[in-house]
Amino acid sequence: MTTGLTWNLIEDAHQLFSYHFMVNALRAGTIVAVVSGAIGYFMVLRRQSFVGHTLAVIGFPGAAGATWLGVSTGIGYYGFCLAGALVVASLPGGGRADVGPGGHGEESAVVGTVQGFALACGFLFVSLYKGFLSGLNNLLFGTITGVADHQVTILLIAGVTCLLVLAVIARPLLFATVDPDVARAAGVPVRLVSAAFLILLGVAAAGTSQITGSLLVFALLVAPAAAASRLTARPGLGVTLSIAIAVAVTWVGEGIAFFSPYPIGFWVTTLAFAVFLAAAGCRAGADWLARRVSLDVRTAA
Amino acid sequence: MSSADASILARATSIDHALGANPIDGLAHMLSLQFIQHALVAGTSIALLSGLVGYFVVLRGQVFAGDAMSHVAYTGALAALAAGVDLRVGLFAATVIVGLALGLLGGRSTADDVVIGTTFAWVLGLGVFFLALYTTHSATGNSTANVNVLFGSIFGISSSDARTAAWIAVGLIALLLLIGRPLLFASLDPAVARARGVPVRLLGPLFLAIVGATAAEASQAIGALLLFGLVAAPPAAAQRLTDRPWAGFVLSGILAVASMWIGISLAYAVPTLPASFTIMATSTAIYAGAALITVGRRRGERRRSHPDVSAPEQPQGQAATS
Amino acid sequence: MIVTERAPGRPAPPTHTPVIVVDQAEARLGGRAIWSDVSLQIGPGQFVAVLGPNGVGKSTLLKAVLGLLPVSTGQIKVLGGSPGRHNDRIGYLPQRRAFDPTTRIRGIDIVRLGLDGDRWGTPLPAILGGRRARDARERVEEVIGLVGASGYARRPIGQCSGGEQQRLLIAQALIRHPELLVLDEPLDSLDVTNQASVSSLIRDISRTRNVAVLLVAHDVNPILPYLDQVIYLAHGGAVMGPPEQVITADTLSMLYGTPIDVLRDRAGRLVVVGQPDAHAEHRR
Repeated sequence: MTTGLTWNLIEDAHQLFSYHFMVNALRAGTIVAVVSGAIGYFMVLRRQSFVGHTLAVIGFPGAAGATWLGVSTGIGYYGFCLAGALVVASLPGGGRADVGPGGHGEESAVVGTVQGFALACGFLFVSLYKGFLSGLNNLLFGTITGVADHQVTILLIAGVTCLLVLAVIARPLLFATVDPDVARAAGVPVRLVSAAFLILLGVAAAGTSQITGSLLVFALLVAPAAAASRLTARPGLGVTLSIAIAVAVTWVGEGIAFFSPYPIGFWVTTLAFAVFLAAAGCRAGADWLARRVSLDVRTAA
Repeated sequence: MSSADASILARATSIDHALGANPIDGLAHMLSLQFIQHALVAGTSIALLSGLVGYFVVLRGQVFAGDAMSHVAYTGALAALAAGVDLRVGLFAATVIVGLALGLLGGRSTADDVVIGTTFAWVLGLGVFFLALYTTHSATGNSTANVNVLFGSIFGISSSDARTAAWIAVGLIALLLLIGRPLLFASLDPAVARARGVPVRLLGPLFLAIVGATAAEASQAIGALLLFGLVAAPPAAAQRLTDRPWAGFVLSGILAVASMWIGISLAYAVPTLPASFTIMATSTAIYAGAALITVGRRRGERRRSHPDVSAPEQPQGQAATS
Repeated sequence: MIVTERAPGRPAPPTHTPVIVVDQAEARLGGRAIWSDVSLQIGPGQFVAVLGPNGVGKSTLLKAVLGLLPVSTGQIKVLGGSPGRHNDRIGYLPQRRAFDPTTRIRGIDIVRLGLDGDRWGTPLPAILGGRRARDARERVEEVIGLVGASGYARRPIGQCSGGEQQRLLIAQALIRHPELLVLDEPLDSLDVTNQASVSSLIRDISRTRNVAVLLVAHDVNPILPYLDQVIYLAHGGAVMGPPEQVITADTLSMLYGTPIDVLRDRAGRLVVVGQPDAHAEHRR
């Protein structure tokens, strides 16, 4: 890349937008960040982050297979992630906390095996499609150069649909997440809402994989939401904050990646991790302060 | 790179032998090949180690630690490549240190999945950073090394590397056998084990360090990302097939070795299939088979173990007085 | 004054070397004294219950006896040595929740761990085991028969009921012929029928094998007929004596420093009324 950072931010931004691939990357990144920030918030609340990760990993053989067959990787991502989401939704537990990494022995071993097998299939497709080994890194760890115009369109359609559905089911979903038994008694179709959410999660995972790569989806899908939920307990504000953090992380990450020799996967994960640590630090500090204050009040009384 | 190419060539030319002549001749020819011998020496020892260690990983509910190890193994290996030292130095150093650290911080799933997931995504991101450093700053850098770390290269393993991997595996197996019984006690019944004088606090970190070293070993055979093919699938199948802990322990090792042998043979017979895929696919199939066999048995058991609630229990307390 | 029904023909408490001696001991957790100035003595074959409301340090007392938690002042002697020294002669049953239903390890293996689980190494397959392994297997069978668990010892322990798991764990505690059984709420989470059968099992073992039993209980009633002594912990102190002397309005009122009533219902069950922490009864 012949470009360089001039430290004149307007000049730099101008330089950045003069490349079509960069504009596409920013468009795609923004769409993905908004969707994953919103879906991720509910995912963290529902303790399904391991499922989200698994779905993203399943997207990898999808994309690799699509490349091998010569069709758009987007089709592979969405096809495999959606199929995976449907399978998880049909499981008895519906992919709730019990299949998380802290889950008991055999179940987590099975999830691990499924992930390993998905990655192995992806590797198989990559080997079958010879001369594609450099593309492997892009699928696993993300890229800013690979987003084509039609992919942005697909991402936009999928993202808008996803957010619309989420807006429709948001309230019952929140109810079903926080208190499933009461929600069921109140007439919320808990099972249906959960299945619908898993499909949304599949769409979000597929989209996020295209920016961060299949292995680093936590950067946009989990870290912003986790940071937001540590900063506020209000759902509405939490979703907004989560989206804002995801978008900021994506923009800054893509910007730095453009000017630096290091790939976007590294920058996005690092930024997201830093935001998460800062939020966790804020929460810990606020808790400590609150404890001190309440202690002072008690001793004064 | 060159040895891997040679192996593909050898496999491609040998396909006539494998399919044309009778199977015994094909097998004999396969076993006469240098790279297959190396793969079998390294693969068998690594698979046995992974299966045995994996049994305790699954029993102790520490699969997430194995997941963490796969990320750490990748980053460690690429950090070593970027620094220009032997890849295995980074592999073993990173995984063993993280294993010890996880154990000392109370790695028995105290932190929630969000924290773990975010942290290890960042660790993997760091690995990508080292990858970029390696490929841009190193004259010898090429993307094959990266693919090998991620997905393994058992057919590309050299004779000395195979021997080293085998000796390390033998040493780790010996260590595991030495701590086997107390480790089982500590895994199933930590409070009583501690009262009995089992050093529970020491065994936890020690075991996770062994898991780390196992992850480093397995990464050389089937790659950091496919660890679970040898560390999770065989023990999960073994636990389905038997309730006896030591039988399950041995069976897990046997199933892992079987996955390795069948996987290597399949990859030899069908040169277009990478060995890591055939090994992973075999172990997945073994687990799926075990799950299918036992699904009916389990259902019967469950019915037996939850009899009519109102049925009174026999007055067994009298047994002692008589 | 309460007169408890004693099992007839109970041998007189032996008088030689006590199993546990606690002398003016104090336990601290996180800088806070849990209890202090506790003195007590338990002889061989005695059946002793540790009672008291939640959070008074009943489990802490057991841990101190096992040497898992050092006392800050005073001293404890167990089986003639310092705590933890002779733990191989003690059977311990910690307070626990049930095994996870997915645990696919047989009960008999859990029992076997009590015999040799602390020995380094890995057991050989049964055929190569030799005499020692055969002896071990016989001992496992014997102790499982003793607690009456033969019917389900080969089932995965996660699929055994709470009472069945408790029997298997008692077998594990008994396997090395202990001289002292330390049991932390063994009757908790059992239904009434199982509470009665498990406590009579413990009593029988204590009597026939002359094993001292130190047992933490929430509800004294299932074991009341079998008890030689009770230790009542409350307000950082302890009172020890025969149940009919300790579980009385006078003693408990003195221990708590507030008026406490002890009532007895028609079935002979004891109910303690007026304990400061809102536990109107021994039963949770």
